[in-house]
Amino acid sequence: MELFAYPFMLRALAGALIIGLAAPALGIYLVQRRLSLIGDGIGHVALTGVGVGLLTNNSPVLTAVVVATIGAVGVELIRERGRTSGDLALALLFYGGIAGGVVLVGLSDDKGNSNLMQYLFGSLITTSPQDIVVIGGLAAAVLAAMLLLRPALFALCNDEEYARVSGLPVRTLNILLAVTTAVTVTIAMRTVGLLLVSALMVVPVAAAQQVTRGFRTTMAAAMLIGLASAGLGVVVSAEADTAPGATTVLMALVAFLGATIGGMIRRNLRRRHNRPPVTTEPPDVVLHG
Amino acid sequence: MSMSVVEVRHLAAGYDGREILRDVSLSVSPGDVVAVLGANGSGKSTLIRTILGLVPLSRGEIELFGTPQPRFRQWARIGYVPQRLGAGSGVPATVGEVVASGRLARRGIFRLPGAADRTAVREALTDVGLLDRINDPVATLSGGQQQRTLIARALAGKPDLLVLDEPNAGVDAASQEAFAAALTRFAGNGGTIVLVLHELGPLRPLIGRTVVVHDGRIAHEGPPPEPAGHHAEPDHDHVHPHADEVKAGICEWAPTEGAKSY
Repeated sequence: MELFAYPFMLRALAGALIIGLAAPALGIYLVQRRLSLIGDGIGHVALTGVGVGLLTNNSPVLTAVVVATIGAVGVELIRERGRTSGDLALALLFYGGIAGGVVLVGLSDDKGNSNLMQYLFGSLITTSPQDIVVIGGLAAAVLAAMLLLRPALFALCNDEEYARVSGLPVRTLNILLAVTTAVTVTIAMRTVGLLLVSALMVVPVAAAQQVTRGFRTTMAAAMLIGLASAGLGVVVSAEADTAPGATTVLMALVAFLGATIGGMIRRNLRRRHNRPPVTTEPPDVVLHG
Repeated sequence: MSMSVVEVRHLAAGYDGREILRDVSLSVSPGDVVAVLGANGSGKSTLIRTILGLVPLSRGEIELFGTPQPRFRQWARIGYVPQRLGAGSGVPATVGEVVASGRLARRGIFRLPGAADRTAVREALTDVGLLDRINDPVATLSGGQQQRTLIARALAGKPDLLVLDEPNAGVDAASQEAFAAALTRFAGNGGTIVLVLHELGPLRPLIGRTVVVHDGRIAHEGPPPEPAGHHAEPDHDHVHPHADEVKAGICEWAPTEGAKSY
């Protein structure tokens, strides 16, 4: 634990905790919409942004946010057009993104595998104080949007046509989700890396929904699981000298396994306690006192 | 008051360049209960989806409450009941949470739900007889109960017009009756209803006018058809010996995923 006497370790922990909290708050909407892998795809595109940044001597995080946002909005526009060719268009965009990124990073002065690996798999230890400010600010914006607009985003992701007939600004909300996905991917690039970003958005949600019954409780539980996984991931990786990003994702997967087994045991116990099983069709007439 | 709720003139619409509706005109006045009938693929669902703006109009015009549909903004006045619950993703949602979505049109997206919203949700669930399931995940409900949840969602917004897309397709008898009662109360309070139906069923007494869509046009418009054949005979006692079989078929619509988790 004395590791945390070093400021860089504290910054690493702070960065991880912020992402751990924010990523599932966005991810729950992506999962609800069956776009679990979109974060992964946007991560590929963000790598091109990193390459652009390194090549033009700009901050890679900044250029990654810009390029990922353009990519995410593009994906959303393709999705909106209809799904027939969307799948293929997405594939082209994603592979173009990662190939472009690898080439551009290679062309930069900063070339070399270690640099590329930093973005692909995260590099928590090198988080600077300025990085924490940027990550904290962007994550706060993402969290605020996801929490305050929850009813509207829930309605949108649950049933887009119903949202449209409710007069919700469907397109604006979709673009908002796309942009927040891009922002979250980019800030999470420092902790878990672009290749594992999607995991922090999706796995805590998958774990939470094994034991929850409602959307709000799932969201709260997923954020807690994300926070705990990130915290444990940093601590364990520091003690065991493993990669923090991958360790964090493994922690979230352990939570998923635990929740799945716990949920199964709970359901079995409930059955054994002779509580009458809830039938799919309750009494026809229900009296309300 | 003479203003019609829905006014459709020479509407043509379709998907991907394929025209499904060619020339449809329809007028719905306040308090009307109109059933849109037709064979599968006749375009009856497309008609109401075009009216609601979910399918783009290729020709003609639509007015909602006197406003041309592209400029219509008072969506809180319309309650839409789709054929079934949305994609049904893995993320759980309670019945109450789904019904609460019905308040968004009235409240707007930036305001957080208040006491009035919670009351409206409870009232709507009471109306369809599902208040006791308010905290249950929708996935654990039967197909008919999920349909009632969607009707409660529409009712929670306190609309003037209800638009329903085949609300009784594959729904158990108890649920059919529960929502026939809810719709009857809604119409009794002066509400206007447009519903797509495959068959009139238990909703027949409620329906004032039927519109039959065939081949992209309105083939027939008038009062609901009178019972014919044996059904019209005065001593016919309406015994349906195949009722059990019909019920058995309904089970296919009940969610299996939710049922398994218990």
